Amino acid sequence: MSAHPVARTLRGFSQALARTLVSEDAAHARGLLQGIDPRVKLVGMMALVVASALSHRVDTLLELLAVGVGLAMMSRVSLWSLARRVWLVAFVFSFMIAAPAMFLTPGVVVWRWGWLAATAPGVHTAALLVLRVEAAVTLSTLLVLTTPWMWLLKALRTLWVPVEVIALLAMTHRYVVLLAETANQMFESRQSRMVGRVKGREQRHMMINTGGVLLSKTMAMGDEVYMAMLARGFRGEVRLLAEFRMKGRDWLMGAALLMLAVAAVVAGR
Amino acid sequence: MHDLQHNPESVTLRTTEFEASDLHFAYEGVAALRGLSLNVREGERIALLGANGSGKSTLLRMMDGLLFATSGTMKFRGQALTEAALGDDKFALGFHRQVGLVFQNPDVQLFNPTVFDEVAFGPLQMGWGRDEVLERVNKALEWIGASHLRNRAPYRLSGGEKKRVAIASVVVLEPDVLLLDEPTAALDPRSQSQVIELLGSWNDGRKTIITATHQLEVLGEICERAVVLEGGAIVADAAPQTILNDTALLQRANLVHIHRHTHDGVPHRHSSPYLHHEHQ
Repeated sequence: MSAHPVARTLRGFSQALARTLVSEDAAHARGLLQGIDPRVKLVGMMALVVASALSHRVDTLLELLAVGVGLAMMSRVSLWSLARRVWLVAFVFSFMIAAPAMFLTPGVVVWRWGWLAATAPGVHTAALLVLRVEAAVTLSTLLVLTTPWMWLLKALRTLWVPVEVIALLAMTHRYVVLLAETANQMFESRQSRMVGRVKGREQRHMMINTGGVLLSKTMAMGDEVYMAMLARGFRGEVRLLAEFRMKGRDWLMGAALLMLAVAAVVAGR
Repeated sequence: MHDLQHNPESVTLRTTEFEASDLHFAYEGVAALRGLSLNVREGERIALLGANGSGKSTLLRMMDGLLFATSGTMKFRGQALTEAALGDDKFALGFHRQVGLVFQNPDVQLFNPTVFDEVAFGPLQMGWGRDEVLERVNKALEWIGASHLRNRAPYRLSGGEKKRVAIASVVVLEPDVLLLDEPTAALDPRSQSQVIELLGSWNDGRKTIITATHQLEVLGEICERAVVLEGGAIVADAAPQTILNDTALLQRANLVHIHRHTHDGVPHRHSSPYLHHEHQ
């Protein structure tokens, strides 16, 4: 029996998530962002994310998004993969939140469908929100994809982020991977025991029950992972074999990213 | 309860590593340990036997300072393993350097992107220098025969490879005490014997190895003392052969079951495929 489309999509998503988070393939590719000191990348990309959040102009947000696309291309991050896993998901969620504004904001009506009427200021507000989310998510995803997770944690630590927060992030990362892996196994296990078609209501019940079991299972496993980290001496401090050293190109890249961020804040006012 | 059967003179000269005294522990109201007391001496190879839920894993986690008794005390070399003691970074680091735990499920223990990072995780936490970390990790990978896997993602390894990497990630710290939770569970026979051979080759006679298991067929190879747990308490503590000869005890502790089969159409029953047994 073939899997339900929703189950198939969720399974594919969780497999891809686990693969991306664990393998860190993009982080080890030879590209522009991969060659930059993680501290510079962290500060520079976060400055661009803040600039996206502060921007009130559609054209500035489009330019920031273009910067993200350019950086992705120069860092050998697949645009197709970004579109499927980041842009589409960010668009769906942000559009769901922004859509009511198109119809509730007063102004000149630009589109009408029955009693629904979208106004020009409404569409502008919705576009701003969607673009802000797209730009911010693209830039932060690039930061995570092009930096090995432990390096990112160490970069955060060198920027005085408390040990407790670092420990929390380290655990969250592993927890998400565990959640994805366990979800895969549960889907496969359920699929192997199902015969015939399941009615919509039963399907929903099963999905809710599975979700509950999945959460409690992964929480228990998350506790075990934390214990396994403690058992090998983890105290929240990130220790790596490689030491961070600033080179000329790091200073240049840092300056370029910060200047771009400042320019975006000024232009986006 | 059985008395310790192996040569007492060989252990009386050795120092006491663990002293567990009247330990009680419960998971959300469900008792896991009920008044358990146990002494472990330096260099002993002990098997903790018991069915699922008998308290083996809980005891190992207490010995590794990861869980703390609701009442009773657990001491390592005279120092009580309390939440306050393990909350001290200096003590915790020193303790985890001396006592290593290999978890039952290698997936929870393997959280780094590559096998190399995984094995290097412990030495890096200890704050050792780059050269020392590299040397120890290379040595550990060579020892488990996994040098060729160093750049592979741990989650892509087979069950046996994962288990060997999990063992290497603990043994790389060269602890004095090694705690193993079901090291051969869910492994194929070849991987099982590889893991047992590895552990045998690691022990130099001074290391203390405590192995939780319910696999009686490996008992002779992993210990000189077997402790049987049932319902969170110790019901026997003796030499492995003494335990293996006590069928009633093994049945009561749910370590063997009555096995029924036929020979030439004649029904036949015995306790376990692993206990010594001659067919007529």
